[in-house]
Amino acid sequence: MSDWSKAVSAFKSAGEGAPTMTGNLGLQLEEPLIFEQGEDGRCGVDLPPVPKVESKLGGLARKGRIGLPGLSEPQVVRHYTRLSQKNYAIDAGLYPLGSCTMKHNPRLNEKMARLPGFSDVHPLQPVSTVQGALELIDTLAHWLKTLTGMPAVAMSPAAGAHGELCGMMAIRAAIEAKGERRTRVLVPESAHGTNPATAAACGYIVDPIPANARGRVDIEAFKAKLGDDVAAVMITNPNTCGLFESEIIEIAELIHSVGGYFYCDGANFNAIVGRVRPGDLGVDAMHINLHKTFSTPHGGGGPGAGPVVLSEALAKFVPMPYVVQEAGSYKLVEHEGEGGQNFGRLKAFQGQMGMFVRALTYMMSHGADGLRQVASDAVLNANYILARLKDEMSPAFDGPCMHEALFDDTFLKGTGVTTLDFAKAMIDEGYHPMTMYFPLVVHGALLIEPTETESKDAIDQFIAVLGGLAQRAKQGDQADWFRAAPRYTPRRRLDETSAARKPILRWMPETESKEAAD
Amino acid sequence: MRYLPLTESDRRAMLAAIGVPSVDSLFRDVPESAWLKKPVEGLPDHMGELAVDRALTAMAAKSVTAGSAPFFIGGGAYKHHVPASVDHLIQRGEFMTSYTPYQPEVTQGTLQYLFEFQTQVALITGMDVANASMYDGSTAVAEAVVMANRVTRREKAVVSGGLHPMYREVIDTHARFLGFEVVAGRIDPTSAEDLIDRIDDKTSCVVVQNPDFFGNLRDFTKLAEACQARGALLIVAVTEIVSLGAVKSPGEMGADIVVAEGQSIGNALNFGGPYVGLFATRDKYVRQMPGRLAGQTVDADGRRGWVLTLSTREQHIRREKATSNICTNSGLCALAFTIHMSLLGEDGFTRLAALNHAAAASLAGKLAGVKGVEVLTGSFFNEFTVRLSKPAAEVVEALAEKNILAGIPVSRLIPGRDDLANLLVIAATEVNTEADMDALAKGLTEVLS
Repeated sequence: MSDWSKAVSAFKSAGEGAPTMTGNLGLQLEEPLIFEQGEDGRCGVDLPPVPKVESKLGGLARKGRIGLPGLSEPQVVRHYTRLSQKNYAIDAGLYPLGSCTMKHNPRLNEKMARLPGFSDVHPLQPVSTVQGALELIDTLAHWLKTLTGMPAVAMSPAAGAHGELCGMMAIRAAIEAKGERRTRVLVPESAHGTNPATAAACGYIVDPIPANARGRVDIEAFKAKLGDDVAAVMITNPNTCGLFESEIIEIAELIHSVGGYFYCDGANFNAIVGRVRPGDLGVDAMHINLHKTFSTPHGGGGPGAGPVVLSEALAKFVPMPYVVQEAGSYKLVEHEGEGGQNFGRLKAFQGQMGMFVRALTYMMSHGADGLRQVASDAVLNANYILARLKDEMSPAFDGPCMHEALFDDTFLKGTGVTTLDFAKAMIDEGYHPMTMYFPLVVHGALLIEPTETESKDAIDQFIAVLGGLAQRAKQGDQADWFRAAPRYTPRRRLDETSAARKPILRWMPETESKEAAD
Repeated sequence: MRYLPLTESDRRAMLAAIGVPSVDSLFRDVPESAWLKKPVEGLPDHMGELAVDRALTAMAAKSVTAGSAPFFIGGGAYKHHVPASVDHLIQRGEFMTSYTPYQPEVTQGTLQYLFEFQTQVALITGMDVANASMYDGSTAVAEAVVMANRVTRREKAVVSGGLHPMYREVIDTHARFLGFEVVAGRIDPTSAEDLIDRIDDKTSCVVVQNPDFFGNLRDFTKLAEACQARGALLIVAVTEIVSLGAVKSPGEMGADIVVAEGQSIGNALNFGGPYVGLFATRDKYVRQMPGRLAGQTVDADGRRGWVLTLSTREQHIRREKATSNICTNSGLCALAFTIHMSLLGEDGFTRLAALNHAAAASLAGKLAGVKGVEVLTGSFFNEFTVRLSKPAAEVVEALAEKNILAGIPVSRLIPGRDDLANLLVIAATEVNTEADMDALAKGLTEVLS
């Protein structure tokens, strides 16, 4: 008996006291790394024999093995299928991550992105052979400009943070073109970390602005920080507390009055698309996360896409490349012409084309009418959650909110249960947690964004679970129960401290890892 | 609208529960002057799936696809065959529609494949450690320079003239805004520039590409030694990752940072993106790296598992003091890379590289026999440069008329240089048949006569 058990534990995953020999629990399957499954002489592709030609490698041929494992196709398919089953996903359930806009990802988007006329086209083909691809970029640009009420858009940024960089570079280029030197960028304390990181990456000093008691920019503090050395203010609107900055027009006028620019972080555009145009608020630059508002998949962390709409004042600083229409055909401007003022290039090629196709598919599917409904339903869903949970949990600010509902941890006070414990208990109930401990201006923040693609039934169920967990926490003497969550996931809480203290960032063959340990 | 589940009666019930008369009242914090009273003008209303499909299929049909013509364009994006199972697997909803793995208990799938990806990248580049990916090769190289500046506390990058011109431009953009100096090498498709002479005590890094933009393969071992002697880092960029199945790795040559475009493995051409940037370095620099890292650890029951780690480098913790402003990685493209690489394995990857080299060597041989074509590149992997008897841009247009996508005129990327006007960079991969190559040779013969 023990011999069999030992043989099975070659899978290496069954820990002490595991209820099964393999560590598997029914449909929940253990899966080793590909490097632990490889065999020499096995391959998952059939390639033809290599024709005999004289080597042109100039004596630089690789010598020795790389160390990649050999697996067949069925093994690879099974491996990655099993891995996929260890993930939570929007396809499987409500994904209430605040500020992340985890909405349904339509499969028509995927089908359109794979049309060969978009996917099997090289970025450096002659422009005459890529007219359809350029038309797609130009059409998407038109939608983005129209929805935001802005005159120009830079399409190449690869993600939201990259878009921020693009917008801030355009601002700095505009300031330098005027012969000015400005050193400070004002960033609210509630901002996402990419805002200060971007300002720094653009060579600016970050000067934080506090939030007021209503969760908005403290306008008096903002005024006090204004001066002719301020390059820009970076404001997320709706902000990371899920609130519309009600004094936004005044903020825009104030920053313009000292010669600075208004960068708007468009991460939360989903709340206002079709209902408010940022161009009407005095915005100079705003990135749009196509993977949030326009439903391109998050893909476990990318790829994203972050086009940046620009005001008249910044339009001429748009980076290369960009698409223009001339005599009935599309052209690609890839180099600075005479007297041009664009600030350079952010990325090789034209941008995240695959994401452009998906986003345009989504926009065309909704149309102007449907996109307005998107914002309305997203805001309605969030306010419904806020209203239904306001007594069991503790809203951080008075409503109404926009597309996300923010709670603090006051309701957990004295229970011994932390925001983290509460979130982990949600996992056992079948939910991905909300965004936690962000924004930083709220203690123990729990930021919930349901999006517009959840049904009322799904939201009612979610509310019931959160309400039930809140009641359980408040019963008292439940701290240990919460701290032990999650119990029913492929892995329970992971030791992040030791992961960081002694990083293991790649697999090593056993002999080598022993040597490394010695 | 098919993606919106709320019915009118749901909406009424929810508004009642909130205690407001209409959705408009939820928008009361928006200044009234900015309210749109009806849908945005100038855009069509919603469309059914069939109508959208028809409209976009018609638009897509206006481009010539790489698969429909003899195709020889490279320059940082390559047409390779991607096994069918790759695209199937990355479209599993559990991968495609999940978020960044910040909650490791419910994202072990993503974290484990990132760990596998990091290992594969470290192995093929010959480096100690790799991150969970960057946006693409061009942004990765700029991040590498910024990292080298940080590691060395110096602010001068020496950049080879053989670096992809667009990658150079991305470095220049960062240099302009961060205020570091870029010393540009000479652009010369035929001979190796001497970069060693340009390294001094202020140099933070030397950036080279292998094979370079023109296709030349070089051994940078001596350059690596010279860098080390002067306290500078050697950054090696690779735009055709398949080359590492055949060519001595940058790690073996002594590189400190290797950045690469990973598109060739698992990812379609996609008209330039999304792609996947690879970033690898030595263990001693890991805490200076940009980007996400997956690391191994144990769970509360002592079982092996994975988490995102060393996040104190990153913007969500360090804010303006972060090593980069990067937030996302290129997750799903990295997954495609990982799956394709797993299918290839040692035998497949090295054979794929050999097939690519054989295709290019064979094509170079054929083209050398065409009047008006001179092959300039002596040692190369799957891409080489030829000098034509006419301006390359015109020749490429004329060949496109004949439904042949011939390569990249150097003038498209480096305009205004008469000495480069006739140069064409040509790539061949495993997808090119004998017939494709004969068509290119015949086409060139006709156009150049």
